[in-house]
Amino acid sequence: MSTLTVTPTSRKQHRLHPLPLRIMHWINAVAIFIMIGSGWKIYNDDAIFPFHFPDSIVIGKWAQYGLQWHFFGMWIFILNGLAYLAYGIATGRFRRKLLPISVRDLLATVGDALRLRLGHDDLTHYNAVQKILYLGIMAIGILIVISGLALWKPVQFSGLAALFGSFQTIRLVHFLCMSAIVAFLVVHITLALLVPRSLLAMLTGGPVVDGDRPAEAAPDVKLTH
Amino acid sequence: MLRTRTPSLFRPGKVIDQSVLTENRTRLDDINRRNVLRGAVSLGALTMLTGCDVSEIDPVQKALRAVSAWNDRVQETIFRPYHLAPTYNVSQVAKPPRYNAYYPRDQVKPVDGATWNLELAGRIADKRPWTAQQIYQLPEQEIIIKHICVEGWDYVGQWSGPNLRGFFERVGADLTAKYVYFICADDYTESIDMPTALHPQTILATKYAGDIIGDPFGYPLRLRTSTKLGYKNAKWVKAIEVTNDFRETYWSERGFNWFAGI
Repeated sequence: MSTLTVTPTSRKQHRLHPLPLRIMHWINAVAIFIMIGSGWKIYNDDAIFPFHFPDSIVIGKWAQYGLQWHFFGMWIFILNGLAYLAYGIATGRFRRKLLPISVRDLLATVGDALRLRLGHDDLTHYNAVQKILYLGIMAIGILIVISGLALWKPVQFSGLAALFGSFQTIRLVHFLCMSAIVAFLVVHITLALLVPRSLLAMLTGGPVVDGDRPAEAAPDVKLTH
Repeated sequence: MLRTRTPSLFRPGKVIDQSVLTENRTRLDDINRRNVLRGAVSLGALTMLTGCDVSEIDPVQKALRAVSAWNDRVQETIFRPYHLAPTYNVSQVAKPPRYNAYYPRDQVKPVDGATWNLELAGRIADKRPWTAQQIYQLPEQEIIIKHICVEGWDYVGQWSGPNLRGFFERVGADLTAKYVYFICADDYTESIDMPTALHPQTILATKYAGDIIGDPFGYPLRLRTSTKLGYKNAKWVKAIEVTNDFRETYWSERGFNWFAGI
């Protein structure tokens, strides 16, 4: 249920992050935490690369506990993820906030970032890099589920598994998707902490917006670092 | 290609399971803090219930096992009884196969094929035991399939022996029963659902790459099915039981998924 306020002109106004979206975001955060931690435990039983994840940062003291967590977390991740995608498409949020991505925007964003003049005073508008990262991480989320399904059922879904090549290739793809998600999280969490208003917005809903425009004009200043 | 060996749950390094202490940390703290006597009495009483492991009553473990049981049902639903697993070429077969069991290879106790019998129990009309020689007389089926371990490694193996469905029809097993149990010479137990037992790529393997299976790999008889993880493929089988009663198996009672389909 989104928070609604009525303006003098009776037009519906919404929070930047409506309540259903915030709930799904934090459920996803828990699911991702479970999936990565337990996935590391499962990885440790037959490492692909010459390293293991330290016992102190994995979920599940024993291999079977790691597996139990993983095959529990997958339901939360998948069901919540499907709800999120359906919500983003049905409400037009993805189209409004993540599209279009123009090359000019992208170059301008990269230029601003290089000159350390990247503005973040307006939380309601995503720059081209943010758009690409958010769409990219959704694509990775879909790929990690598909590769996970192929890993779980390489015989029942042998056609799907064959698209990847060998069983070990599926493991590698699944692992690389995890690595991409971890890299995304490092950037995502770092930026959320650097701009605490954005973290707060994901808890309280953030500024009131009308469609894709902020209701109150954001101060026209660029923050410099 | 086989990968470098890594620490393996099938070759455990630690012998004593300390997990019960951490799993019950909050319970133990609770007991210390509030009601020492009542807590001690009730925990003591619980451990005295036969077959009730203290770790089993950990609420988190209980919930996770309930999800695992739900996942068994999901896997039964998506199982395709006549869908064949991919097969491979003779040139891809790993020789020898990779060893796996719940103890190291040097602790394998070879089975004496001359005195060994395959016993039959449960819902089977003709329960006469079979000698190895009698089993070798049965028609053989060869499958070149992947062995996929729950740990993540895999290899291509070439297995042959009587088809399990054919064997069951020969001895008059009840094909409508729910489960097939395998009791092994090393006290390992495993069970599979009947649809998997009747799958065209489920055999009682007696040979690997054309030769009698070696001692570490299940001589004289082991299960090989293309639709389950490695640990479901019981080795050194000494008895088969067809039944409608579900019982936990060696790995399932330790928390691994029972259905373990692939």
